[in-house]
Amino acid sequence: MRLTQGQFSFLPDLSDEQITAQIAYGLKQGWALNVEYTDDPHPRNTYWEMWGIPMFDLKDPAGILMEINECRRTYPRHYVRVTAFDSSRGWETPRMSFLVNRPADEPGFGLVRQEGPGRQVRYTVRSYAVDRPEGSRYA
Amino acid sequence: MGSSEKILAELADDTPVDLAGAVENSHVFEILDQLDRELIGLNPVKTRIREIAALLLMDRLRKNMNLSAQPPSLHMCFTGNPGTGKTTVAQRMAKILHRLGYVRQGHVVAVTRDDLVGQYIGHTAPKTKEVLKRAMGGVLFIDEAYYLYKPENERDYGAESIEILLQVMENQRDDLVVILAGYKDRMENFFSSNPGMSSRIAHHIDFPDYSTEELMEIAEMMMVNLNYRFDADSAQAFGEYIRLRMQMPHFANARSIRNAIDRMRLRHANRLFERGGEQVTRRDLVTIAAADIRASRVFGEKAAPLMTSPD
Ligand SMILES: Nc1ncnc2c1ncn2[C@@H]1O[C@H](COP(=O)(O)OP(=O)(O)OP(=O)(O)O)[C@@H](O)[C@H]1O
Ligand SMILES: [Mg+2]
Repeated sequence: MRLTQGQFSFLPDLSDEQITAQIAYGLKQGWALNVEYTDDPHPRNTYWEMWGIPMFDLKDPAGILMEINECRRTYPRHYVRVTAFDSSRGWETPRMSFLVNRPADEPGFGLVRQEGPGRQVRYTVRSYAVDRPEGSRYA
Repeated sequence: MGSSEKILAELADDTPVDLAGAVENSHVFEILDQLDRELIGLNPVKTRIREIAALLLMDRLRKNMNLSAQPPSLHMCFTGNPGTGKTTVAQRMAKILHRLGYVRQGHVVAVTRDDLVGQYIGHTAPKTKEVLKRAMGGVLFIDEAYYLYKPENERDYGAESIEILLQVMENQRDDLVVILAGYKDRMENFFSSNPGMSSRIAHHIDFPDYSTEELMEIAEMMMVNLNYRFDADSAQAFGEYIRLRMQMPHFANARSIRNAIDRMRLRHANRLFERGGEQVTRRDLVTIAAADIRASRVFGEKAAPLMTSPD
């Protein structure tokens, strides 16, 4: 199942050239970019692992692409996303966020039904990826 | 672009080239002329920079004519004594490279060993990469680059930093230009023990020391920019000052001149201040007097060895 989270996720995966153009746009707005990765793509998992600290004071997308590539090399079977933060209001606000890497095989999500009192049913989703312990998912 | 490229490929050898237009569009002469005007002396440096600019411009024109060649290597080495204008010229170089489209942003990130090399295992690579990221799209200026290499210490982390720099200099030529700077003899030593670095540097530019006349011109230019001037006496005093200062330790060419002017301004201000209620004119505010110069330690302690800069 193909994960659709963030911008452009219904399009084919962005090429490096397209990623570079998006990052260049973010930098031009004065936003700081960061790279994050996870092997648990549950939609409510907002806090992905940070790949280093957010990158402030960069002028050119090449530096960020360098980090993306290094993160991809280290975690080829993880989801990797780039987020652009705008601090102009005094706090860091995500302005852009898009995937730049996904595992070759995406297990997707299962629907979980929980039986409540009085035959009430509660529904939630669970990512199949987390069936295995952290680190060995997608292996 | 695709189809026009094909047409160009079929163009005859006598196809005219719009050289004037290319020069005009790049505005590169504006920067070269500005360099000529704003930097005194440095003729060999200016000539080399013109040559490099010409090479890059022709490379662009040849590309338009479908005459492909490997893009020219642009990493450089600036050698010369302190205060001879290396940092200043690096800033201009970045602008030229930007105008001609060889770097995307045209900024300069100036670093020394401490910015690149870490204190413990695993510290160096992230530091060097951090600097490289900031320099992407511009010029990375490494001052006193020979400190990166410390042969006397086997476990020095400088080598690790050099390794990463070399990789990026080779593989990401489109992304940044590296300029190494430092004293000439030490730089030569550094290159002879780091052939990998030496072979990646295409342009070696040597910055000569300034003559007394050039230093005087530099002083006059700095004064004009600050809205000060010498009178006949103080101009002569400053000429003497330069000659004495050049013989003393820690002489740093144009930077010593800049420092001297700062001290003179201080003495000038104090002199006027001490006059209390007396009438002071606009002329007094702009004129540095001989006394403001002759009060310098340079005139007093000629023979005494100075531990600090005497400006
Ligand atoms: N040719 C020149 N004309 C006018 N001003 C100059 C010239 N050369 C240097 N200067 C001025 O002298 C000061 C020192 O120059 P700069 O910092 O470029 O020297 P440097 O060679 O990088 O010195 P260091 O090796 O100590 O870093 C600057 O303020 C610069 O503006
Ligand atoms: Mg300098």
